[in-house]
Amino acid sequence: MRFMMMMIPAVYQQDTPADFTPPVDAVEQMSRYNQELQQAGVLLSADGLHPPATGARVRFGGGKPTVTDGPFTESKEVIGGYWIIAARSREEAIEWASRCPAAAGDMIEVRRIFDMEDFPADVQAAAQF
Amino acid sequence: MTGDLGRTIDAIWRIESATLIAGLTRLTRDVGLAEDLAQDALLAALEQWPTAGVPRKPGAWLMTVAKRRAIDGRRRAPMLDRSHAELGRDRDVSQEEAMLAFHESLDDDLGDDVLRLLFMACHPVLAVEARAALTLRLFGHLGTADIARAFLTRESTMAQRIVRAKRTLAEARVDFAMPHGAERAERLASVLEVIYLVFNEGYSATSGDDWMRPSLCEEAMRLGRILAARAPGDPDVHALLALMELHASRAAARTDRDGNPVLLLEQDRARWDRLLIQRGLASLERALRLGGALGPYALQAGIVACHARARTAVETDWVKIVALYDALAQVMPSPVVELNRAVAVSMAFGAAEALPLVEALAEHRLLDGYHLLPSVRADLLQRVGRFDEARHEFERAASMTRNTRERGLLRRRAAECATGG
Repeated sequence: MRFMMMMIPAVYQQDTPADFTPPVDAVEQMSRYNQELQQAGVLLSADGLHPPATGARVRFGGGKPTVTDGPFTESKEVIGGYWIIAARSREEAIEWASRCPAAAGDMIEVRRIFDMEDFPADVQAAAQF
Repeated sequence: MTGDLGRTIDAIWRIESATLIAGLTRLTRDVGLAEDLAQDALLAALEQWPTAGVPRKPGAWLMTVAKRRAIDGRRRAPMLDRSHAELGRDRDVSQEEAMLAFHESLDDDLGDDVLRLLFMACHPVLAVEARAALTLRLFGHLGTADIARAFLTRESTMAQRIVRAKRTLAEARVDFAMPHGAERAERLASVLEVIYLVFNEGYSATSGDDWMRPSLCEEAMRLGRILAARAPGDPDVHALLALMELHASRAAARTDRDGNPVLLLEQDRARWDRLLIQRGLASLERALRLGGALGPYALQAGIVACHARARTAVETDWVKIVALYDALAQVMPSPVVELNRAVAVSMAFGAAEALPLVEALAEHRLLDGYHLLPSVRADLLQRVGRFDEARHEFERAASMTRNTRERGLLRRRAAECATGG
C-alpha cells in the first residue's frame, strides 16, 4: 500500500517570504533521510513545494471560482512538500515519518493513497475515461 | 501490551531486521546464527518496550542487544573448555584480550552489509528455489508458511529448504564479502534472477484472488529498489526494476471485475498506474544511459515501455517492438521469444507475414504442450480469414490450457470462427 507523507513545516506556518530557501544543513539532513528511504526500497516519489506566498487558492462557492493569492493568512497548516512511500502497514508509514529529521514545530500528516480496488464497483466504473 | 504498540514493534522490525541480520552475519559469519540473534533482540524488545517505551533509535537498540547475545554466546563457548583443562591466569588474560578485539570488530562498520547479505543469499552454491526462499525470508519478512504458499509447497518442505540453505552456506564457508570482477557480475546476475523469479511468481499467477500474489510483486520491487539504491552503477539493476515496475503498472487492468484475464490490447489504459510507468520509464532511461541497452532485462523493459508509452492500443510502436524482439532473440534465444516476436511482426506488418514464423515453431520440442502456440496461430489464421483452421487451433489451445478462464476465452473465439467472424 502507498502512503503520502505531507510535510507541514513550521516555517510555512509563518509569513514566509516568497524567496525563502531552506538552510543548507537542513537540506543535507533531509537528503540523508531521503537516501535512507531509498536504500530501504520504500521511496516512490518526493517533491518540495515553493512557499505559499507564491501560491494561489481557487475557491468554489457555487458560482464562478474565486482566486486568492498567497500567503494564506487565515490557515496555519500549509504543505511544504511530500513523499510517496510503499509501506506494508500504516504503522510502518508512521514509523518512517517519525524518523524524519524535522525541525521543532514541523508536522507530518500520513495518509494512505487510494487504490482502485478500495472503491466500490460503481465508483470504479465512473473512474474510467 | 496494547495492539498498537505490537503493530509498531512489528513495523520497526520490518524496517530494521535486514540491516540487523546483515550486520550480525558480518560478525558471526553465520546467517542462521545471525537470524537467531536478531530474533532474540526482537523478543527482548517485545518484553521491554511496553514498559520502558520505544527507544529513540530502535535499530541501534536492537543491534546492541543482539551483539550482547553474540558476546554471551562466545563467552559461554570457551567456558565449556574449563572442564577439560586447567585454566591458568594467563589464559584468562588472553581471553579478555580476545573479547576486547571481538568488541572492536563489532563496531567496525564498513561498507554495505545489506548488499553483502543479498549477494550471500543468492550464492550459486544454493539451488535457485533455495536462493529465492532465503531471500524472501531475510528481506521480505515473510513467515515460512507464507513463503511456502507463494511457491505452492508445503510449509514443512519450505522450512526444511530454508534450514538446509542456511546450513549449506555455513558448510561451504561462503564469504560475507562483496565479490569482485567476473564473480561479482555472475553473482549480480543471480540476484537479479532471484528477484525476477519472485516477481514472476506473483505476477504470472493463474489464481488472481490469492493475496500472496500481489505482495510477492511488491517484495520483488522493493528488493529491486534496494538494489538500485545500493548498486546504482549497474545498468541491469535499473533495467530489471524498470521491467518490474512497467509490468506492475498494468496490474489493476489485467483482470476484469469477475477476475477474467483482459488481453493487453483490450485493457483500460486509464487503470494503468502512472506513477509506476513514470518510475519504470525513468529506470529504463538510467539503464540505457549506463550503457545497458542490450541487456535482456533492458530489451524486455523496452518492449513493455512501448506499450506503456502508447496512449491507446493503436498508437503502439510495433515496428520498434519487432526490433527489440530481434535483439532479444540474439541475447536470449528462446522459442517463446520467437513466438512473441511473431505476434509483434503480425501487428507491425500483418498476420500473413507472421504466419510462416509461427509455423516454423510448430516443430519446436520446447513448445510441446504450450497452449499459446496454437492460440497465436489460431489468431493469425482468423485474421487472414482461414476460419476453419482457426477454429480447430482455438479448440486445440483450449484443450491444452489448465486455466479455466483462459479456456473459456479460447472456446468463445473458436465459436466466433464457426460463424465466420
